[in-house]
Amino acid sequence: MIEQTAAELSAALSRGEVSSVELTQAYLDRIGKYNEALNAFITVCEESALAQARQADDRRARGDASPLLGVPLAHKDIFCTEGVLTTCGSKILNNFISPYDATVVERFNGSGAVMLGKTNMDEFAMGSSNETSFFGPVRNPWDRERVPGGSSGGSAAAVAADLCAMATGTDTGGSIRQPAAFCGITGFKPSYGRVSRWGMIAFASSLDQAGPLCKSAEDAALMSNVMAGLDPKDSTSIDLPVPDYTASLGDSLEGLKIGLPRQHFAEGLSAGVEQGIRDALAEFEKLGATIKEIDLPNNHLSVSAYYVVAPAEASANLSRFDGVRYGYRCEDPVDLEDMYKRTRSEGFGEEVKRRILVGTYALSAGYYDAYYRKAQKIRRLIKQDFVEAFSEVDVVIGPTSPHTAFTLGAKSDPVTMYLEDIYTIAVNLAGLPGISIPAGLVGGLPIGMHIVGSDFAEAKVLNVAHQFQQQTDWHRRKPALNGEEA
Amino acid sequence: MEWETVIGLEVHVSLSTRSKLFSGTASEFGAAANTQANIFDLALPGTLPVLNKEALRMAVRFGLAIGAEISKRSVFDRKNYFYPDLPKGYQVTQLDFPTVGKGALSITLGDGSEKVIGVTRAHIEENAGKSLHEEFHGMSGIDLNRAGEPLLEIVSEPEIRSAEEAVAYLKKLHSIVRYLDISDAIMAQGSMRCDVNVSIRPKGETELGTRTEIKNINSFRFVEKAIHSEVLRQQEVIEDGGKITQETRRYDANKDITTAMRSKEVENDYRYFPEPDLLPVEIDDSFIEAIRAELPELPDQKQARFIAEYGLSSYDAGVLTSSREMADFFETVARVGNDAKLAANWVTGDLQALLNKNNWEITQSPIQAERLGTLVARIVDKTVSGKIAKSLFETMLDDPAAVNDIIEREGLKQVTDSGAIEKLVDEVIANSPDQVQQFRDGKEQVLGYLVGQAMKLSQGKANPGQVNQLLRDKLKT
Repeated sequence: MIEQTAAELSAALSRGEVSSVELTQAYLDRIGKYNEALNAFITVCEESALAQARQADDRRARGDASPLLGVPLAHKDIFCTEGVLTTCGSKILNNFISPYDATVVERFNGSGAVMLGKTNMDEFAMGSSNETSFFGPVRNPWDRERVPGGSSGGSAAAVAADLCAMATGTDTGGSIRQPAAFCGITGFKPSYGRVSRWGMIAFASSLDQAGPLCKSAEDAALMSNVMAGLDPKDSTSIDLPVPDYTASLGDSLEGLKIGLPRQHFAEGLSAGVEQGIRDALAEFEKLGATIKEIDLPNNHLSVSAYYVVAPAEASANLSRFDGVRYGYRCEDPVDLEDMYKRTRSEGFGEEVKRRILVGTYALSAGYYDAYYRKAQKIRRLIKQDFVEAFSEVDVVIGPTSPHTAFTLGAKSDPVTMYLEDIYTIAVNLAGLPGISIPAGLVGGLPIGMHIVGSDFAEAKVLNVAHQFQQQTDWHRRKPALNGEEA
Repeated sequence: MEWETVIGLEVHVSLSTRSKLFSGTASEFGAAANTQANIFDLALPGTLPVLNKEALRMAVRFGLAIGAEISKRSVFDRKNYFYPDLPKGYQVTQLDFPTVGKGALSITLGDGSEKVIGVTRAHIEENAGKSLHEEFHGMSGIDLNRAGEPLLEIVSEPEIRSAEEAVAYLKKLHSIVRYLDISDAIMAQGSMRCDVNVSIRPKGETELGTRTEIKNINSFRFVEKAIHSEVLRQQEVIEDGGKITQETRRYDANKDITTAMRSKEVENDYRYFPEPDLLPVEIDDSFIEAIRAELPELPDQKQARFIAEYGLSSYDAGVLTSSREMADFFETVARVGNDAKLAANWVTGDLQALLNKNNWEITQSPIQAERLGTLVARIVDKTVSGKIAKSLFETMLDDPAAVNDIIEREGLKQVTDSGAIEKLVDEVIANSPDQVQQFRDGKEQVLGYLVGQAMKLSQGKANPGQVNQLLRDKLKT
């Protein structure tokens, strides 16, 4: 039963076929069996999970029919969880027990979902392979020699390997969608401002957005119903009514106009992924959609602009990790400067330090105009490209990543790694909703299809993905966990 | 060579909002260390700022009070530097788009003339915490109670030409923010702080000289002394053939000198950039007009009204409007006493002398405004003489009883009964034959002596006007 979607588990729970305690125990058992090999979880909360499960069963017994009541989930370790270790994948927070819950965590707790634990991630969400985690790389359940993608690699691997029914992630440049693609699951990044960032450890404040990693677009809709909405504690969260995202999941795609960005089907895209996406697109045509090519002329600038804006914001966001009030502090500092230098040198990993340096440089006197200001201009151009595209089409579809999951250690050069997010980054710069769904297999590895909508068109994006999943079963495919099953 | 001093002031006032600029924590002075710091103030990971609208309103209030441009759109920026009492590693401030733009305020110079000093801008920013270097045995303590408190930094144009003008400007600012009720502005508690930029140039020169900045001066008197001392230093350096280095200096009050802190060249590159956790602040006309409608009467307006309404001199009106508490005190005395000029004399005279002697503020006056007003009223209705009123005032300091009761009990009532006064006058005439003769011989001045004698005889209680009149009548016959 653990392979089922959250929606299916919810139905089973409400029919009394299984209790939340049984379900939770089943996932905990599976985590016990596979986590050592996959390294998907940093922290497992066995006791509190079972306690939450018992409460969920009680609530259900009293007639509560909340959709996610009793469904086990995992939170990316970027979300603060009261009384639980919250590391952000870093040594500098490897002793940080948060005294408060992130809004996302609080909302899931309120929904009755059961928190199994905290998932591994690239350090401070900086990475596309989960190799920068202080807690070691996560393994891709489809092939343990391969990366799960990143930075929400732990959440993606945990969902793919059925170590949880659903998980949360965050996406700054593709950190939900790319690991979802690599692990053959559904990963959804809502519009910027849709989900509160309170309690979500900041990487790049103007780009970070939380979203679901799960087994279907329908689950993404159920999770979004819990996550989305104004939060007075986050000044950038938007005051717009939140629709019931499941309500439009039955809408027909007849007449839907799909745009294919020329720039996403060009040099660098692997033949297998391209074929997979083109085959998938045929499914939409069967559903009555029309497809046309569009231009995103500034897309090629997105990675460069991103690697100025995101490190610049990160360089300031990560200044608070100074060893003064919490987190790691170096041994026996001789003075303040020594404490700062050694705490931060020892506490941060290489990639994080690289980005702090890049960001600090980009904001320095004399360089601000050439880098930061220019990057912000490019950001506006990229947004404009999408505004024009959405005047012609309803959604933009392409590959999530140029290729399938690569092997661990294959991309040791940082710039090569940065190019991983070439199709996803522009969506963050423009603040749009985007989803990655499984759209095929090539060489035994999943392909991710990327569906992007206009500002706050979450419901449409989710329904387009859902309709595809009604016609196909790629999202039902499971990795064989190499015969390690007992 | 004759030198001209050029001064610009950067004044920080702590806005008296109930809670901090970006968190809901209370911000009261003097609480136990770190009891007023929540998870945001501690910069725990994942916490986010939410702008305190009251701080914004207070900044707009100040802007309107000095006739400044109010920005419809202002932007907060991060100013990055590492210090243990700066928990986030950056201070949130407003760099390019402050809430308050150009404005001006006028000061009164020593010769009574007015001078207008331009205000370049006023921006909202958060305070840092406090580092405590004592009592920690080689370590430092951090108190974050103050961290995140809202400040308004008010930057003047370099239009101040002397230490005295600088102090007049500061006192005017102090008075305005207190009138507006946006800050306690107590320099000794740090709720008003001042950085002074000073340069000198040969008289007649239009280019500015190299300036130094004297940081964090915490009293009006020290501002004055620090400027005097720094100007002298700069003159000596230049006259000895040296050059002024642009640098930050500190004023040492004990030695009455300024000393270099660190040179600008090695200062931090603050790497300002727009704070992505806050949206630009957009305000509209109705927001501004609602604040304008609630502006109180300001010192300049009050002074003008006191001159027009009460017929006071410009000087007295200035003294009486130097603080809102003083103005309110005076107006109560004038209303109860029913004579504004007499009320002004008592407040700026006997009362002010008493306050000065004890170093009290008007709010600490041992005689409440209503009581002093009653005293004035008793002079006006001739119940007591002006002279008796002085001793009544002394009695009132230690005696909390009602003014009228004290007059009754102590028998201070002026004698107006003509029979009684006639008896006094007759006695004086009988006792002073020489002076009586002199008066009759045409020496009018002697009358004053005779009146004085009669008053003395009455122990000051006789109505001097009546005594005067009766004496004249009797001596002429």
